[in-house]
Amino acid sequence: MKRTVQKALGYAGAAVFMLAFWEGMSLLLHSPALPVPFDAFAQVVEQFDKLVPQFGYSALRVAAAMAIGLLVGAPLGLILGRSRRADLVFGPLVFLNYPVPKVVFLPVLLVVLGIGNASIIALIAIILFFQILVTARDAARAIPAASVLSVRSLGADRWQVFTQVVVPGAMPEIFTALRIGAGTAVAVLFFSESVAGSTGLGWFVFDAWGRVRYSEMFAGILAMALLGVLLYEAIELAESRVCRWERAGR
Amino acid sequence: MADVRIDALSVTYHGVDADVPALGGVDLTLADGDSVAIIGSSGCGKSTLLLALAGLLAPTGGVVEVGGEPVSGPRLHTSLILQDFGLLPWKTVLQNAELGLKIRHHPVRERRAHAMDALERVGLSEFVHLFPSELSGGMRQRLALARALALDADLLLMDEPLSALDALTREDLQDLLLALWRDRKHTAVLVTHSIEEAVYLGRKVLVMTPRPGRVAAVVDNPGMGESAYRQTEAFYEKCAELRRLLASEGALHVGGVAS
Repeated sequence: MKRTVQKALGYAGAAVFMLAFWEGMSLLLHSPALPVPFDAFAQVVEQFDKLVPQFGYSALRVAAAMAIGLLVGAPLGLILGRSRRADLVFGPLVFLNYPVPKVVFLPVLLVVLGIGNASIIALIAIILFFQILVTARDAARAIPAASVLSVRSLGADRWQVFTQVVVPGAMPEIFTALRIGAGTAVAVLFFSESVAGSTGLGWFVFDAWGRVRYSEMFAGILAMALLGVLLYEAIELAESRVCRWERAGR
Repeated sequence: MADVRIDALSVTYHGVDADVPALGGVDLTLADGDSVAIIGSSGCGKSTLLLALAGLLAPTGGVVEVGGEPVSGPRLHTSLILQDFGLLPWKTVLQNAELGLKIRHHPVRERRAHAMDALERVGLSEFVHLFPSELSGGMRQRLALARALALDADLLLMDEPLSALDALTREDLQDLLLALWRDRKHTAVLVTHSIEEAVYLGRKVLVMTPRPGRVAAVVDNPGMGESAYRQTEAFYEKCAELRRLLASEGALHVGGVAS
Protein backbone atom coordinates (compact mmCIF):
# COMPACT_ATOMS: atom_id res chain seq x y z
CA MET A 1 0.00 0.00 0.00
CA LYS A 2 2.78 2.36 0.99
CA ARG A 3 4.64 1.46 -2.20
CA THR A 4 1.59 2.30 -4.31
CA VAL A 5 1.26 5.71 -2.66
CA GLN A 6 4.97 6.39 -3.13
CA LYS A 7 4.70 5.42 -6.77
CA ALA A 8 1.65 7.63 -7.36
CA LEU A 9 3.44 10.55 -5.75
CA GLY A 10 6.45 9.88 -7.97
CA TYR A 11 4.35 9.97 -11.12
CA ALA A 12 2.52 13.10 -9.92
CA GLY A 13 5.82 14.86 -9.31
CA ALA A 14 7.16 13.83 -12.71
CA ALA A 15 3.95 14.99 -14.39
CA VAL A 16 4.11 18.42 -12.71
CA PHE A 17 7.74 18.79 -13.74
CA MET A 18 7.05 17.76 -17.35
CA LEU A 19 4.04 20.06 -17.63
CA ALA A 20 6.04 23.02 -16.32
CA PHE A 21 8.85 22.25 -18.74
CA TRP A 22 6.41 21.85 -21.60
CA GLU A 23 4.60 25.10 -20.75
CA GLY A 24 7.92 26.91 -20.54
CA MET A 25 9.18 25.55 -23.86
CA SER A 26 5.88 26.33 -25.53
CA LEU A 27 5.90 29.95 -24.34
CA LEU A 28 9.55 30.27 -25.32
CA LEU A 29 9.12 28.79 -28.82
CA HIS A 30 5.85 30.56 -29.47
CA SER A 31 5.05 28.24 -32.37
CA PRO A 32 1.80 26.44 -33.22
CA ALA A 33 3.88 23.23 -33.49
CA LEU A 34 4.24 23.18 -29.71
CA PRO A 35 0.91 24.14 -28.15
CA VAL A 36 0.64 24.81 -24.41
CA PRO A 37 -0.37 21.77 -22.34
CA PHE A 38 -3.80 23.23 -21.67
CA ASP A 39 -4.72 23.12 -25.36
CA ALA A 40 -3.52 19.53 -25.63
CA PHE A 41 -5.57 18.44 -22.61
CA ALA A 42 -8.60 20.32 -23.95
CA GLN A 43 -8.22 18.20 -27.09
CA VAL A 44 -7.98 15.03 -25.01
CA VAL A 45 -11.39 15.89 -23.59
CA GLU A 46 -12.85 16.93 -26.94
CA GLN A 47 -11.47 13.94 -28.85
CA PHE A 48 -12.06 11.48 -26.02
CA ASP A 49 -14.59 9.39 -27.93
CA LYS A 50 -12.19 9.11 -30.86
CA LEU A 51 -9.10 8.54 -28.72
CA VAL A 52 -10.42 5.64 -26.65
CA PRO A 53 -10.90 3.17 -29.51
CA GLN A 54 -7.53 4.14 -31.04
CA PHE A 55 -5.92 3.60 -27.66
CA GLY A 56 -7.56 0.19 -27.53
CA TYR A 57 -6.24 -0.80 -30.99
CA SER A 58 -2.72 0.27 -30.11
CA ALA A 59 -2.73 -1.38 -26.69
CA LEU A 60 -3.92 -4.69 -28.14
CA ARG A 61 -1.32 -4.57 -30.91
CA VAL A 62 1.57 -3.86 -28.54
CA ALA A 63 0.38 -6.46 -26.04
CA ALA A 64 0.05 -9.11 -28.75
CA ALA A 65 3.46 -8.27 -30.23
CA MET A 66 5.14 -8.35 -26.82
CA ALA A 67 3.55 -11.69 -25.99
CA ILE A 68 4.73 -13.21 -29.27
CA GLY A 69 8.24 -11.77 -28.93
CA LEU A 70 8.46 -13.07 -25.37
CA LEU A 71 7.03 -16.54 -25.98
CA VAL A 72 9.28 -17.18 -28.96
CA GLY A 73 12.37 -15.17 -28.02
CA ALA A 74 12.80 -16.11 -24.37
CA PRO A 75 12.80 -19.94 -24.66
CA LEU A 76 14.99 -19.80 -27.77
CA GLY A 77 17.45 -17.46 -26.09
CA LEU A 78 17.63 -19.68 -23.00
CA ILE A 79 18.30 -22.73 -25.14
CA LEU A 80 21.02 -20.95 -27.11
CA GLY A 81 22.56 -19.83 -23.85
CA ARG A 82 22.70 -23.34 -22.40
CA SER A 83 23.45 -25.49 -25.43
CA ARG A 84 26.78 -24.94 -27.11
CA ARG A 85 25.66 -26.92 -30.12
CA ALA A 86 22.48 -24.92 -30.68
CA ASP A 87 24.47 -21.73 -30.20
CA LEU A 88 27.04 -22.78 -32.79
CA VAL A 89 24.33 -23.35 -35.37
CA PHE A 90 21.85 -20.56 -34.62
CA GLY A 91 24.04 -17.98 -32.90
CA PRO A 92 25.56 -16.60 -36.11
CA LEU A 93 22.10 -16.42 -37.67
CA VAL A 94 20.88 -14.30 -34.77
CA PHE A 95 23.85 -11.97 -34.70
CA LEU A 96 23.80 -11.52 -38.45
CA ASN A 97 20.25 -10.23 -38.22
CA TYR A 98 20.42 -8.49 -34.85
CA PRO A 99 21.97 -5.19 -35.99
CA VAL A 100 19.78 -4.83 -39.08
CA PRO A 101 17.09 -2.20 -38.39
CA LYS A 102 13.98 -4.32 -38.67
CA VAL A 103 11.70 -1.40 -39.61
CA VAL A 104 13.11 -1.58 -43.13
CA PHE A 105 11.23 -4.85 -43.52
CA LEU A 106 7.85 -3.15 -43.15
CA PRO A 107 7.33 -2.94 -46.94
CA VAL A 108 8.02 -6.67 -47.20
CA LEU A 109 5.62 -7.41 -44.35
CA LEU A 110 2.98 -5.26 -46.06
CA VAL A 111 3.31 -7.33 -49.19
CA VAL A 112 3.10 -10.61 -47.30
CA LEU A 113 0.60 -9.77 -44.56
CA GLY A 114 -1.20 -6.79 -46.06
CA ILE A 115 -2.08 -3.46 -44.50
CA GLY A 116 -3.36 -3.75 -40.95
CA ASN A 117 -2.96 -5.56 -37.67
CA ALA A 118 -0.87 -8.49 -38.86
CA SER A 119 1.90 -6.36 -40.35
CA ILE A 120 2.04 -3.99 -37.38
CA ILE A 121 2.10 -6.78 -34.81
CA ALA A 122 4.66 -8.77 -36.81
CA LEU A 123 7.06 -5.84 -37.10
CA ILE A 124 6.99 -5.07 -33.37
CA ALA A 125 7.19 -8.76 -32.47
CA ILE A 126 10.26 -9.28 -34.67
CA ILE A 127 12.09 -6.37 -33.05
CA LEU A 128 11.22 -7.51 -29.53
CA PHE A 129 12.06 -11.11 -30.40
CA PHE A 130 15.67 -10.19 -31.07
CA GLN A 131 16.01 -7.97 -28.00
CA ILE A 132 14.55 -10.62 -25.70
CA LEU A 133 16.45 -13.48 -27.31
CA VAL A 134 19.85 -11.83 -26.94
CA THR A 135 19.16 -10.88 -23.32
CA ALA A 136 17.83 -14.33 -22.42
CA ARG A 137 20.85 -15.99 -24.04
CA ASP A 138 23.30 -13.91 -22.03
CA ALA A 139 21.32 -14.40 -18.83
CA ALA A 140 21.27 -18.17 -19.31
CA ARG A 141 25.02 -18.17 -19.84
CA ALA A 142 25.64 -16.14 -16.69
CA ILE A 143 23.92 -18.61 -14.38
CA PRO A 144 26.47 -19.72 -11.77
CA ALA A 145 27.92 -23.14 -12.52
CA ALA A 146 27.57 -24.01 -8.82
CA SER A 147 23.77 -23.59 -9.01
CA VAL A 148 23.61 -26.05 -11.87
CA LEU A 149 26.05 -28.40 -10.18
CA SER A 150 24.14 -28.51 -6.92
CA VAL A 151 20.88 -29.33 -8.67
CA ARG A 152 22.56 -31.93 -10.85
CA SER A 153 24.04 -33.52 -7.74
CA LEU A 154 20.45 -34.02 -6.60
CA GLY A 155 19.90 -36.07 -9.72
CA ALA A 156 18.32 -33.47 -11.96
CA ASP A 157 18.25 -34.19 -15.70
CA ARG A 158 18.76 -31.49 -18.32
CA TRP A 159 15.10 -30.59 -18.44
CA GLN A 160 14.91 -30.22 -14.65
CA VAL A 161 18.04 -28.08 -14.63
CA PHE A 162 16.33 -25.94 -17.26
CA THR A 163 13.03 -25.54 -15.42
CA GLN A 164 14.40 -25.30 -11.87
CA VAL A 165 17.54 -23.24 -12.47
CA VAL A 166 17.85 -21.69 -15.92
CA VAL A 167 14.33 -20.32 -16.34
CA PRO A 168 13.95 -18.72 -12.90
CA GLY A 169 17.59 -17.61 -12.89
CA ALA A 170 17.19 -15.70 -16.14
CA MET A 171 13.72 -14.37 -15.34
CA PRO A 172 14.76 -10.96 -13.91
CA GLU A 173 16.85 -10.22 -17.00
CA ILE A 174 14.01 -11.23 -19.27
CA PHE A 175 11.78 -8.77 -17.46
CA THR A 176 14.40 -6.08 -17.96
CA ALA A 177 14.41 -6.87 -21.68
CA LEU A 178 10.62 -6.56 -21.68
CA ARG A 179 10.76 -3.18 -19.95
CA ILE A 180 13.27 -1.82 -22.44
CA GLY A 181 11.26 -3.48 -25.19
CA ALA A 182 8.08 -1.67 -24.10
CA GLY A 183 9.67 1.66 -25.02
CA THR A 184 10.88 0.34 -28.36
CA ALA A 185 7.48 -1.20 -29.01
CA VAL A 186 5.59 2.09 -28.62
CA ALA A 187 8.11 3.90 -30.84
CA VAL A 188 7.80 1.27 -33.57
CA LEU A 189 4.04 1.29 -33.08
CA PHE A 190 3.91 4.95 -34.08
CA PHE A 191 5.93 4.31 -37.21
CA SER A 192 4.09 1.20 -38.32
CA GLU A 193 0.58 2.52 -37.57
CA SER A 194 1.25 5.72 -39.46
CA VAL A 195 2.39 3.72 -42.49
CA ALA A 196 0.35 0.57 -42.39
CA GLY A 197 -3.15 1.44 -41.37
CA SER A 198 -5.82 3.96 -40.49
CA THR A 199 -6.34 3.04 -36.86
CA GLY A 200 -4.40 3.33 -33.63
CA LEU A 201 -2.68 6.13 -31.77
CA GLY A 202 0.20 6.24 -34.25
CA TRP A 203 -2.25 6.88 -37.04
CA PHE A 204 -4.15 9.40 -34.88
CA VAL A 205 -0.97 11.43 -34.26
CA PHE A 206 0.19 11.20 -37.87
CA ASP A 207 -3.24 12.17 -39.17
CA ALA A 208 -3.50 15.20 -36.90
CA TRP A 209 0.00 16.21 -37.93
CA GLY A 210 -1.02 16.02 -41.61
CA ARG A 211 -4.01 18.25 -40.93
CA VAL A 212 -1.77 20.67 -39.00
CA ARG A 213 -3.90 20.18 -35.89
CA TYR A 214 -1.05 20.32 -33.40
CA SER A 215 -3.16 20.36 -30.23
CA GLU A 216 -4.95 17.25 -31.45
CA MET A 217 -1.59 15.69 -32.26
CA PHE A 218 -0.38 16.29 -28.74
CA ALA A 219 -3.55 14.76 -27.35
CA GLY A 220 -2.50 11.61 -29.21
CA ILE A 221 1.04 11.89 -27.89
CA LEU A 222 -0.32 12.11 -24.33
CA ALA A 223 -2.30 8.95 -24.95
CA MET A 224 0.87 7.24 -26.20
CA ALA A 225 2.73 8.28 -23.07
CA LEU A 226 -0.09 6.83 -20.99
CA LEU A 227 0.11 3.60 -22.98
CA GLY A 228 3.83 3.41 -22.28
CA VAL A 229 3.35 3.96 -18.55
CA LEU A 230 0.62 1.32 -18.36
CA LEU A 231 2.81 -1.21 -20.18
CA TYR A 232 5.72 -0.46 -17.91
CA GLU A 233 3.63 -0.81 -14.78
CA ALA A 234 2.03 -4.01 -16.02
CA ILE A 235 5.51 -5.48 -16.51
CA GLU A 236 6.57 -4.28 -13.05
CA LEU A 237 3.51 -5.91 -11.52
CA ALA A 238 4.12 -9.17 -13.35
CA GLU A 239 7.75 -9.21 -12.28
CA SER A 240 6.93 -8.62 -8.62
CA ARG A 241 4.54 -11.56 -8.81
CA VAL A 242 6.80 -13.91 -10.71
CA CYS A 243 10.12 -12.93 -9.13
CA ARG A 244 9.05 -12.63 -5.51
CA TRP A 245 12.55 -13.48 -4.28
CA GLU A 246 13.94 -10.29 -5.77
CA ARG A 247 12.08 -8.16 -3.28
CA ALA A 248 13.00 -10.37 -0.35
CA GLY A 249 15.91 -9.47 1.87
CA ARG A 250 15.96 -5.87 0.75
CA MET B 1 25.55 -48.81 2.86
CA ALA B 2 27.86 -46.05 1.83
CA ASP B 3 31.37 -47.37 2.08
CA VAL B 4 33.73 -45.64 -0.29
CA ARG B 5 36.56 -47.08 -2.32
CA ILE B 6 38.72 -44.86 -4.45
CA ASP B 7 41.52 -46.54 -6.33
CA ALA B 8 44.21 -44.74 -8.37
CA LEU B 9 41.76 -41.97 -9.23
CA SER B 10 43.17 -39.44 -11.66
CA VAL B 11 41.42 -36.48 -13.25
CA THR B 12 42.79 -34.21 -15.94
CA TYR B 13 40.96 -31.05 -17.01
CA HIS B 14 41.19 -30.06 -20.60
CA GLY B 15 42.12 -26.43 -20.32
CA VAL B 16 42.13 -23.78 -23.01
CA ASP B 17 45.88 -23.93 -23.58
CA ALA B 18 46.95 -27.17 -22.00
CA ASP B 19 45.66 -30.12 -20.06
CA VAL B 20 45.65 -29.51 -16.34
CA PRO B 21 46.18 -32.54 -14.13
CA ALA B 22 44.03 -32.06 -11.03
CA LEU B 23 44.31 -35.45 -9.37
CA GLY B 24 47.20 -37.78 -9.91
CA GLY B 25 46.32 -41.16 -8.49
CA VAL B 26 44.35 -40.94 -5.26
CA ASP B 27 43.56 -43.95 -3.10
CA LEU B 28 41.08 -43.79 -0.28
CA THR B 29 38.98 -46.36 1.53
CA LEU B 30 36.21 -45.46 3.94
CA ALA B 31 34.01 -47.83 5.90
CA ASP B 32 30.29 -47.15 6.03
CA GLY B 33 29.62 -44.44 8.60
CA ASP B 34 33.21 -43.23 8.64
CA SER B 35 34.16 -39.60 8.57
CA VAL B 36 37.10 -38.10 6.73
CA ALA B 37 38.34 -34.54 6.50
CA ILE B 38 40.42 -33.60 3.49
CA ILE B 39 42.90 -30.79 3.86
CA GLY B 40 45.53 -29.30 1.59
CA SER B 41 46.49 -26.09 -0.12
CA SER B 42 44.37 -24.48 -2.81
CA GLY B 43 44.43 -26.30 -6.10
CA CYS B 44 45.24 -29.70 -4.67
CA GLY B 45 42.16 -31.17 -6.27
CA LYS B 46 40.05 -31.50 -3.13
CA SER B 47 36.93 -30.24 -4.86
CA THR B 48 37.64 -32.39 -7.90
CA LEU B 49 37.73 -35.41 -5.63
CA LEU B 50 34.30 -34.52 -4.25
CA LEU B 51 32.82 -33.98 -7.70
CA ALA B 52 34.11 -37.39 -8.79
CA LEU B 53 32.57 -38.94 -5.66
CA ALA B 54 29.29 -37.16 -6.39
CA GLY B 55 29.26 -38.61 -9.88
CA LEU B 56 29.38 -35.20 -11.51
CA LEU B 57 32.74 -35.67 -13.15
CA ALA B 58 34.05 -38.63 -15.07
CA PRO B 59 37.50 -39.74 -13.89
CA THR B 60 40.34 -39.81 -16.39
CA GLY B 61 41.57 -42.99 -14.77
CA GLY B 62 40.97 -45.19 -11.75
CA VAL B 63 37.92 -46.38 -9.89
CA VAL B 64 35.36 -44.68 -7.64
CA GLU B 65 32.93 -46.94 -5.83
CA VAL B 66 30.24 -46.10 -3.31
CA GLY B 67 28.40 -48.88 -1.58
CA GLY B 68 30.21 -51.42 -3.73
CA GLU B 69 28.92 -49.92 -6.96
CA PRO B 70 30.96 -47.87 -9.42
CA VAL B 71 29.85 -44.24 -9.51
CA SER B 72 28.71 -43.28 -12.99
CA GLY B 73 26.32 -40.43 -12.20
CA PRO B 74 24.55 -38.76 -9.25
CA ARG B 75 23.64 -41.41 -6.70
CA LEU B 76 20.29 -41.51 -4.96
CA HIS B 77 21.55 -41.10 -1.41
CA THR B 78 24.65 -39.00 -1.96
CA SER B 79 24.33 -35.34 -1.09
CA LEU B 80 26.77 -32.62 -2.10
CA ILE B 81 26.93 -29.46 -0.02
CA LEU B 82 28.73 -26.51 -1.56
CA GLN B 83 30.04 -23.39 0.09
CA ASP B 84 27.64 -21.09 -1.72
CA PHE B 85 25.14 -21.04 -4.57
CA GLY B 86 24.04 -24.50 -3.62
CA LEU B 87 20.75 -22.95 -2.62
CA LEU B 88 18.47 -21.55 -5.28
CA PRO B 89 17.68 -17.90 -4.52
CA TRP B 90 14.26 -18.13 -6.18
CA LYS B 91 13.04 -20.90 -3.93
CA THR B 92 11.87 -20.49 -0.37
CA VAL B 93 13.49 -22.30 2.55
CA LEU B 94 10.92 -25.07 2.32
CA GLN B 95 11.17 -25.35 -1.47
CA ASN B 96 14.96 -25.53 -1.25
CA ALA B 97 14.81 -28.20 1.41
CA GLU B 98 12.47 -30.38 -0.63
CA LEU B 99 14.19 -29.78 -3.97
CA GLY B 100 16.00 -33.12 -4.04
CA LEU B 101 12.80 -35.00 -3.40
CA LYS B 102 10.94 -32.96 -5.99
CA ILE B 103 13.56 -33.77 -8.59
CA ARG B 104 13.09 -37.42 -7.74
CA HIS B 105 9.34 -37.08 -8.24
CA HIS B 106 8.30 -37.86 -4.68
CA PRO B 107 4.67 -36.98 -3.97
CA VAL B 108 4.08 -33.50 -2.57
CA ARG B 109 2.82 -34.55 0.85
CA GLU B 110 5.70 -36.93 1.45
CA ARG B 111 8.40 -34.50 0.42
CA ARG B 112 6.85 -31.73 2.48
CA ALA B 113 6.88 -33.96 5.55
CA HIS B 114 10.50 -34.99 4.99
CA ALA B 115 11.61 -31.42 4.39
CA MET B 116 9.81 -30.17 7.49
CA ASP B 117 11.48 -32.89 9.59
CA ALA B 118 14.87 -31.93 8.22
CA LEU B 119 14.28 -28.20 8.79
CA GLU B 120 13.23 -28.99 12.33
CA ARG B 121 16.50 -30.83 12.93
CA VAL B 122 18.62 -27.88 11.82
CA GLY B 123 16.45 -25.34 13.64
CA LEU B 124 14.87 -23.63 10.65
CA SER B 125 11.26 -24.72 11.00
CA GLU B 126 10.11 -21.19 11.80
CA PHE B 127 11.61 -19.75 8.62
CA VAL B 128 10.11 -21.96 5.94
CA HIS B 129 8.63 -19.14 3.87
CA LEU B 130 11.69 -16.91 3.73
CA PHE B 131 14.01 -16.74 0.75
CA PRO B 132 17.74 -17.54 1.11
CA SER B 133 18.59 -13.84 0.72
CA GLU B 134 16.71 -13.20 3.96
CA LEU B 135 18.80 -15.70 5.93
CA SER B 136 22.14 -15.23 7.66
CA GLY B 137 25.16 -17.15 6.39
CA GLY B 138 24.85 -19.72 9.15
CA MET B 139 21.16 -20.26 8.45
CA ARG B 140 21.90 -20.78 4.78
CA GLN B 141 24.38 -23.51 5.58
CA ARG B 142 21.81 -25.08 7.89
CA LEU B 143 19.38 -25.06 5.00
CA ALA B 144 21.91 -26.75 2.74
CA LEU B 145 22.26 -29.42 5.43
CA ALA B 146 18.51 -29.76 5.71
CA ARG B 147 18.31 -30.49 2.00
CA ALA B 148 20.79 -33.33 2.44
CA LEU B 149 18.88 -34.67 5.44
CA ALA B 150 15.55 -34.52 3.60
CA LEU B 151 17.08 -36.77 0.97
CA ASP B 152 17.98 -39.22 3.69
CA ALA B 153 21.56 -39.10 2.43
CA ASP B 154 23.95 -41.78 3.65
CA LEU B 155 26.96 -40.09 2.04
CA LEU B 156 27.48 -36.40 2.73
CA LEU B 157 30.05 -34.63 0.58
CA MET B 158 30.89 -31.17 1.86
CA ASP B 159 33.06 -28.69 0.00
CA GLU B 160 34.26 -26.11 2.52
CA PRO B 161 30.72 -25.65 3.76
CA LEU B 162 31.63 -23.38 6.65
CA SER B 163 34.51 -21.33 5.31
CA ALA B 164 32.47 -18.19 4.69
CA LEU B 165 31.10 -18.04 8.23
CA ASP B 166 32.28 -16.06 11.23
CA ALA B 167 34.11 -17.97 13.95
CA LEU B 168 31.21 -18.36 16.40
CA THR B 169 28.65 -19.44 13.82
CA ARG B 170 31.25 -21.77 12.47
CA GLU B 171 31.78 -23.59 15.75
CA ASP B 172 28.05 -23.75 16.21
CA LEU B 173 27.65 -25.47 12.86
CA GLN B 174 30.60 -27.76 13.46
CA ASP B 175 28.78 -28.95 16.57
CA LEU B 176 25.64 -29.47 14.52
CA LEU B 177 27.55 -31.44 11.87
CA LEU B 178 29.10 -33.61 14.56
CA ALA B 179 25.81 -34.19 16.32
CA LEU B 180 24.11 -35.18 13.08
CA TRP B 181 26.93 -37.53 12.15
CA ARG B 182 26.88 -39.23 15.54
CA ASP B 183 23.13 -39.50 15.40
CA ARG B 184 22.63 -40.59 11.79
CA LYS B 185 25.83 -42.54 11.23
CA HIS B 186 26.20 -41.43 7.63
CA THR B 187 29.52 -41.45 5.81
CA ALA B 188 30.98 -37.94 5.72
CA VAL B 189 33.62 -36.43 3.47
CA LEU B 190 34.52 -32.88 4.40
CA VAL B 191 36.86 -30.67 2.44
CA THR B 192 38.23 -27.85 4.55
CA HIS B 193 41.00 -25.27 4.81
CA SER B 194 40.94 -25.25 8.57
CA ILE B 195 43.17 -27.55 10.58
CA GLU B 196 40.95 -27.29 13.67
CA GLU B 197 37.87 -28.12 11.66
CA ALA B 198 39.56 -31.13 10.10
CA VAL B 199 40.59 -32.46 13.52
CA TYR B 200 37.18 -31.76 15.05
CA LEU B 201 35.16 -33.40 12.30
CA GLY B 202 37.37 -36.03 10.69
CA ARG B 203 37.99 -39.43 12.19
CA LYS B 204 40.62 -39.60 9.50
CA VAL B 205 42.38 -36.56 8.14
CA LEU B 206 43.65 -36.77 4.61
CA VAL B 207 46.51 -34.45 3.71
CA MET B 208 46.85 -33.79 0.01
CA THR B 209 49.76 -32.54 -2.04
CA PRO B 210 49.49 -29.63 -4.45
CA ARG B 211 48.72 -30.16 -8.10
CA PRO B 212 48.29 -32.79 -9.23
CA GLY B 213 46.64 -33.85 -5.99
CA ARG B 214 47.83 -36.99 -4.27
CA VAL B 215 47.39 -38.31 -0.77
CA ALA B 216 50.43 -37.22 1.20
CA ALA B 217 49.36 -38.70 4.50
CA VAL B 218 46.37 -40.13 6.31
CA VAL B 219 46.27 -39.16 9.97
CA ASP B 220 44.12 -41.25 12.26
CA ASN B 221 42.17 -39.19 14.73
CA PRO B 222 40.52 -41.60 17.17
CA GLY B 223 39.65 -38.89 19.68
CA MET B 224 37.21 -37.29 17.25
CA GLY B 225 33.56 -37.41 18.21
CA GLU B 226 34.11 -37.07 21.93
CA SER B 227 32.18 -34.25 23.46
CA ALA B 228 34.33 -31.24 24.26
CA TYR B 229 37.16 -32.67 22.16
CA ARG B 230 38.07 -29.07 21.28
CA GLN B 231 39.13 -28.39 24.87
CA THR B 232 41.39 -31.41 25.27
CA GLU B 233 45.15 -31.71 25.14
CA ALA B 234 44.82 -34.45 22.54
CA PHE B 235 43.00 -32.05 20.21
CA TYR B 236 45.83 -29.50 20.38
CA GLU B 237 48.43 -32.18 19.82
CA LYS B 238 46.58 -33.49 16.81
CA CYS B 239 46.32 -29.99 15.36
CA ALA B 240 50.03 -29.44 15.92
CA GLU B 241 50.85 -32.74 14.26
CA LEU B 242 48.77 -31.81 11.27
CA ARG B 243 50.31 -28.35 11.07
CA ARG B 244 53.81 -29.88 11.00
CA LEU B 245 52.75 -32.28 8.31
CA LEU B 246 51.27 -29.54 6.16
CA ALA B 247 54.35 -27.38 6.61
CA SER B 248 56.64 -30.16 5.51
CA GLU B 249 54.29 -30.86 2.63
CA GLY B 250 54.48 -27.24 1.55
CA ALA B 251 58.24 -27.20 2.05
CA LEU B 252 58.60 -30.25 -0.14
CA HIS B 253 57.11 -28.43 -3.06
CA VAL B 254 58.50 -24.92 -2.78
CA GLY B 255 59.73 -23.97 -6.19
CA GLY B 256 59.46 -27.55 -7.30
CA VAL B 257 57.16 -28.90 -9.93
CA ALA B 258 55.10 -31.83 -8.84
CA SER B 259 55.57 -34.54 -11.36
